[in-house]
Amino acid sequence: MQWILNFLTSSIGKKFVMSFTGLFLISFLIIHLIGNLQLLYSDGGEAFNKYAYFMTSNPLIKTVSIGLYTGILLHAFLGLAIYFKNKKSKGKKYAVSTSANASFAAKQMALLGTLILAFILIHMGDFWFKMKFTDQIIPVDYDGMQVKDLYAQVSTTFSKPFFVGIYILGMIALAFHLWHGFQSAFQTLGLNHKKYTPIIQGLGKIFSILVPAAFALIPILMYLNR
Amino acid sequence: MQLKLKVWRQKNAKTNGEFQTYSVTASEHMSFLEMLDVLNEELISKKEDPIAFEHDCREGICGTCNLVIDGRPHGPMQGTTTCQLHMRSFKDGDTIVIEPWRAEAFPIIKDLVVDRSAFDRIIQSGGYISVNTGQAMDGNAIPVEKDLAIKAFDAATCIGCGACVAACPNGSAMLFTAAKVSHLGLLPQGKVEHTKRTRSMVDQMDKEGFGNCSNVGACEVECPKEISIENIARMNRSYVAAVFGSDE
Repeated sequence: MQWILNFLTSSIGKKFVMSFTGLFLISFLIIHLIGNLQLLYSDGGEAFNKYAYFMTSNPLIKTVSIGLYTGILLHAFLGLAIYFKNKKSKGKKYAVSTSANASFAAKQMALLGTLILAFILIHMGDFWFKMKFTDQIIPVDYDGMQVKDLYAQVSTTFSKPFFVGIYILGMIALAFHLWHGFQSAFQTLGLNHKKYTPIIQGLGKIFSILVPAAFALIPILMYLNR
Repeated sequence: MQLKLKVWRQKNAKTNGEFQTYSVTASEHMSFLEMLDVLNEELISKKEDPIAFEHDCREGICGTCNLVIDGRPHGPMQGTTTCQLHMRSFKDGDTIVIEPWRAEAFPIIKDLVVDRSAFDRIIQSGGYISVNTGQAMDGNAIPVEKDLAIKAFDAATCIGCGACVAACPNGSAMLFTAAKVSHLGLLPQGKVEHTKRTRSMVDQMDKEGFGNCSNVGACEVECPKEISIENIARMNRSYVAAVFGSDE
């Protein structure tokens, strides 16, 4: 089994883990966005609250969510470990730095990732933690079904300009992170091809703009319609 | 043309270096290295220590004239080495900053000269084909698909200068190693040892302390031979195949 450990600690092995967890988190973003768009229904939050109840009570979702938390932690901490290793490998920096050969997003993946991690902590502290571990969120009754009114909590949060700002900033960081990360994951996995790579790069750019923009639209619209 | 140079001066690996400023009169027809030769002549005649910089063929194939000029390995021109850079790329009165390659695995020997023997050890770990070559074979004795021949040849243009490592914000040697792996592995003679070679060369690359590739792509922009990062993807594929597909 030593060979697995050797692979996972090799430069390419570490990047493979980053790619796989990154692509997994990208797939999560799609599911998360589809669920969240229910916040925009004008039904007083019924669809969203029922969805939130399903997501926190279904045993299959609960199992998958453990994988998700592991994925986030692995991606974040391995990413930071790679950042510090690379900083050491670079050694002294140049007196003249140039942007002629690399994009901002590619060079700042660690910084963007840290911002996203900070955003996730604020985000989960405000919704996930309060939903799962406190009684701060008051239940509502839908035809005899007692469901925590997470929609009300979300509306309260998004009535504060400060939080709307944090969400917008978080999504900007995510957009830049995906701008590089989406196509980079495929390159690391060795999936580079004359015909398909331009398509992957194009899809990555569309994804990195559309998905964070749609996420950011939710707090903006909820703030405007409060 | 009148130029101001800010040059990194460092006595040896153990001392701390610093920038020193020089004025030099050059002609726009000079190559960058000839301009430095002129400056060194002046320094020698003033009994000062000339600036140490590596150079050999001065025709873009030896991979030794390694300088970071204004933040870019081999200077502002695309697809050229420093010796192929001419002073007409600069303007009269310019200040030019000249630094050595920066990477943990390339320690500075003196001034602008770095020790690139880490590359030699990567080659020694597998960058060869274990057959008795005997006399030179007829060029067409083994048929090679044209497309593969072109890819192998493109990778084989790597001169091992280390601009990829110098340009990489992670100090990674992936483009160099991948070029060597592709150059040999795409051809029938090199295919036999391809997976084993990839594994030992990547392992040696890691041992030398190079950083981890994050697909920034600065390497392929600064490579004087314009070697593509598609070689890195190929190396990643064959590394995984080597790890998961072998008995070891």
